[in-house]
Parts: sequence; C-alpha cells; structure tokens
Amino acid sequence: MTATPRALRRGRPELYSDYAADQAIWNTPAKRWSTLAVLLVAASLPWFLGRDLLGLGALVAVYAISGIGLNLVSGYAGQISLGHAIFMGIGAYTAAVLGGSPSGSIRGFELDLLVWLPLAGLVPAAVGWLFAPLAARVRGLYLAILTLGLLFVGEHVFKEATWMTGGSGLGRKPAEPTVLGFSLYEERVVLGTELSAIGVFYLFCLLLLVVMAVLARNVARTRQGRAFSAVRDRDIAAEVMGVPLLRTKRLAFTLSSFYAGIGGALLTIVLGFTTPERWNLLLSIDFLAVVLIGGAATITGPIIGAGFVVLMPRFIETFAGSLPEWFVSTAIGGTGLLNVFQLQRLLFGAMIILFLVVEPRGLFGVWIRVRNYFKAWPFSY
Amino acid sequence: MEVLLPALVRGLGIGSTYALLAVSIVVIYRATEVVNFAQPALMILGAYFTSLFVTSIGLPFPVGVVAAMVAMAAVGALTERVAMRPLVGQPVFAAAMVTVGVLIVLTAVANRLIGPDILTVGDPWGLERLEFGTIAIFQVDVAKIVLSLGAIGAVGLLLKRSRIGLAMRATSLDQETALAQGVDVGRMFSLAWAMSAALAALAGMLIGTGAGGVEATTALVALKALPVIILGGIDSIQGAVVAGLVIGVAESLARAYQPEYAPWLGANFDIIVPYLVLIVSLMVRPYGLFGTPEVQRV
Repeated sequence: MTATPRALRRGRPELYSDYAADQAIWNTPAKRWSTLAVLLVAASLPWFLGRDLLGLGALVAVYAISGIGLNLVSGYAGQISLGHAIFMGIGAYTAAVLGGSPSGSIRGFELDLLVWLPLAGLVPAAVGWLFAPLAARVRGLYLAILTLGLLFVGEHVFKEATWMTGGSGLGRKPAEPTVLGFSLYEERVVLGTELSAIGVFYLFCLLLLVVMAVLARNVARTRQGRAFSAVRDRDIAAEVMGVPLLRTKRLAFTLSSFYAGIGGALLTIVLGFTTPERWNLLLSIDFLAVVLIGGAATITGPIIGAGFVVLMPRFIETFAGSLPEWFVSTAIGGTGLLNVFQLQRLLFGAMIILFLVVEPRGLFGVWIRVRNYFKAWPFSY
Repeated sequence: MEVLLPALVRGLGIGSTYALLAVSIVVIYRATEVVNFAQPALMILGAYFTSLFVTSIGLPFPVGVVAAMVAMAAVGALTERVAMRPLVGQPVFAAAMVTVGVLIVLTAVANRLIGPDILTVGDPWGLERLEFGTIAIFQVDVAKIVLSLGAIGAVGLLLKRSRIGLAMRATSLDQETALAQGVDVGRMFSLAWAMSAALAALAGMLIGTGAGGVEATTALVALKALPVIILGGIDSIQGAVVAGLVIGVAESLARAYQPEYAPWLGANFDIIVPYLVLIVSLMVRPYGLFGTPEVQRV
C-alpha cells in the first residue's frame, strides 16, 4: 500500500485535460487562494479603517461596478461609449424617485431597496436596449461622437425634468437603502464592534461588486462573451461567421447600461446628494480611465482601475504637503506653481497618456508582466 | 425681419467659428486619421494667449492675434511630438483616447493660467453695431465670418497649391508611399498639429470677442465642432464650412424662436441643437454631406 504522491493528488495546476477546467474562472489554486485572501482583507476593512477611508472604499466598489459595465461594452465588445455617465444618471434617478423621499415639487415614493435596486439597473438597461440599434449603425470613433451627442441631450433632459432631478444646480437627495425596514446606512454592532453607517454600506457595496463581477466574468466566458470579442476584433468577419451583429451589440449595450445604472444609484447614496450636472463628460472620461488604466477586456482590470482613479487624488492630497511650497500650494490662495486640484488633474491626464503609450493592457498588464517574471524565474523568458 | 435677419447673421457668425474649429479637426484627421478630442483645450489656450499678448502686454490687436497663433502652433507641434508620435501605427482608437488625456492635461494647464478670471481678448469690435434702417447687426459677427472664412480659404489654398500642401495630401492618402517618395511624414504630422492649433487659437479669439469674454469653462463650446465634422463629412474642408454655417444658423434660429413657439423644450434648448443635428445626421448619412464613404474590408 503506497500513498499517492502529493503532487498527483493535487493535480498539475497548468495541465488541462478538458475545456471546463481551462475555462474555469479560478483555473489555478494560486488564483483561488489569492482571490479569497483579497476578499477577506476587503471585507475586514470596516473593523480597521476610519469613516472617510471607508467612504473611499465604497466609492471604489461603486466605480468598479460601473467600470465593469463599461468594460463589457467597450473592452470586450469594442463599442466605445462616452455616454456611460447618462446611463448611470438614469439609474440614479430611477432609484432616487422610487426609493427617495419627496420634497416640494420633487417626487419620491420611499419604496424598499428590493424594488428600486433592480429597477435602477433594468430601466437604464431598457434605454440601452432601445439605443443600441442607433449605435449599431455606426462604428469606432463615429460611435464615440454619437454617444457624446447622447450625453449632451441627456444632460439637457435631466436639467429640465425637475420633478425627478431637482433641477440645474439644486439637485436632490438619493434613495434610502432600506431592506424590509432594515437600514443599510446606519451604525450597527457587528461581531462585537460598532461599525459606522458608511462601514455597513461599504460591506453592502462590496457584496454587490463580488456578485456582479462574477456575473460579468461568467458572461465573458460564454458563447455571448466570445461573440463580443469577435465583434470587437473584426465585426464584418464575425458577421460572416454567423455572429448576429445587432443582437450582440444590443446585448452588450443592455448589460453595460444595467451595470451603469446600479453603479449610478449606489454612487448617489455614497455621495449623499446629486445635481443633474454630475452626469457629464468628465464622469464618462473617469470611467474610460478606469477601463484603460485598469486593463481593457478583463474583470480584475476595472476593479484595480477604480481603486487607482478613486484613490490617486486622495493620495496626492495627502502627500502634497510634503512637496516644496513653490511647486504645490496646499492653502487656498497660495503662491505655488500649482494647487492640489490642478496637480491631480495633470497627473490624471498624464496617466491616461502614459498607460496608452507604454502599457496598453493597463495595470492588469503590469501585473501579468510581474507574474510572468516570477513564474519563469530565474530565467528571463 | 427684425428678428430673423439679426438671428441669421448671428448664426452665420457663430457658425463660421464652428467651421473654423471643425477645419482644425479635419486637418489633423486628414494627416493622421485621428479625431482630436483635445481641440477645446487648444482653443481656450489660444484665447488665453491672445488675451495675454493684447490685454496684458499691450501689443496691437492684429499683432497679438498672430503671436498667439504662433505660440499655439508651437504648443500643438510639441503635443504631437510628445504624446501622439509614439502611437503612429497603433489602432486609431488608442490615439483618440490619448487626445482625451491631452484634453485633461491641457485643460488643467488652462485652469492654472486663467484661474477664476474672465478674460477679454481686447478686440476692436466690442458691441458696435451696423444699422440698416430698422435692422441692426453686430460688427463682431461680420468680423467672425470674414476672418474664419479667410483663414479656412488660406488653409485650403495652402493644401491645394503649395509644395507642402501636396506633401500633406500625399501623407493623408498613404503614409508609406509618401515616405517612399521622400516626404518627411513625421514633419507633416507636426505641421498638421501646428496648423490645427493655430486655427483653434484664432477660433478661441473669435469666441472671446463681444460681450461675453472667456472663462476656463468656455472650452466646451469647441465640442460643437464634432457635430459639424460629422454633418459635413469627417475628411472634407468644404463640408466643414457648409455644415458649420448650417449648424450655427440652426442654433441661432432655435435661440430666437424656440422660447416663443416651443417653450416646452426647456431653457437653453439651443445649446443641444447641434447634438440633435449630429444624431440625425449619423442615422441618415453616417459619412456626412461631403465625406468619403468608409471602405470596409474583412
């Protein structure tokens, strides 16, 4: 009786003998364990961090959800959309009208989260479904310009629909995140420690992010996901091979708008207030940066990208004080060459340029390089 | 007539400025096949330089405008060399996204230079009017039409008649063949960006004339050049002129008549008229009025 060698019991991690194993989400033990470790660390943060950092954490999760949505349509399916902010806005206002409280001429029905959260995704998804046939008529940069037009028209509609948005410059409060009378934005004692309201909401955003990221990853590895990539790489060739173009693009837009809507609804809750001007070109560019800096056509990418885009301004703010005063002035009306905000914007733009020029696969690509280096170590190939 | 004619002239004035901005995008598109999203920042920096040379330093107005155009040409060429050149041969989408990055960087620079101020470009027209009986039109609108169309004509002539223009057209037709014939393709790219930035500077000056002045946020006006290039055809200078005037007049007429006849469309409806034209135009004729239909290969 000889014991089976340990290596044989565990299998050989890089040897795939069937397609299912090759296509699995976590196809190596290292990925399984590292995902679990990251999740545990992320879930334990509310017990360690202060309120403002947890607010940023919730923002990262929300940006990641919307970023994954944009990546489905722009990264996987190759349909460049500058209109992502509008779909986020539609989701945010659906949620705010259904779940928010009325004030003056602003409508609000104070419904349960179980009602408004799905609808905050489904309503933008329906708009995306209707918009897709228009978008499918044009390609590449023409589509980017078309969605830019949609952005301006949408902003005008938001400003005019005061019963929904509160009007230009005034704004309204978001939906209340309450599930069956249980508020997700309230101090609670969990595991013997009192968590702040934002800490509780952070955990909820994290849970949603995990669910939606796994969902997106599963879409990406199905027949539809492969159709997305085929349309991106050469749409006419894909059509010749039997991929229905309109249906594929429509699915991509619908799914992406669903993610955008959920992200938009959560974003207003984290920020606590929203004006119609928020859903503008700059927000769309933020999400393009989430996708491009993180890594196009990956799911991990937008999550890393969201962390980068949300945390970098804060990082600069924190360390601006240690830069020389003639370069960056931290006080209002300071005499430095730049102020903190200008430095943030300059570096943000420079990062977009730098990643596109130096590493088009984004931060995820940087990680792949590092990983491959250590996998092959001590050899350089 | 008292409403219609001034509205038409104002529309032609603002439309010719849009045409100028559109031509500045077309010049870059023809040379490099990249749609330049950074044009708003180039325009606002151009307005800043004009204001700096004319209002702060005190140069005569025409000299200041030319100096601002030269300064912006340098900025344009530098941008091309630093940010765009590494992407030659890459997918045009990546290059277009780089111009978005350039937009953010240059807008931050403009924010730093302009701050919360409202700049005046020191133009001689101000609010002077030409009176024809009961009808009064602003001088500045006439100046916009004359200067824009003059500049566009000069660019057209340069592209059509000069040796450099021939080299640029060759580059836009086929970069490798042009290279084989001894054209310095890289220099043509720089030249296209320099020309484009100079035109944007002129447009920035024209936007800043009259009563309003220029703020850092005025830059977004330049995005209206995108509907113009789509309606006119993305590679056509002639199309940019026609479409610029059409969109300018449509916007101006909407501004004159919509509050009275269609108030349910909301305040400031005229701002989105160009974008509605854009959406309709893309649906009906995606390659524009004068553009070349895209050839698709598998």
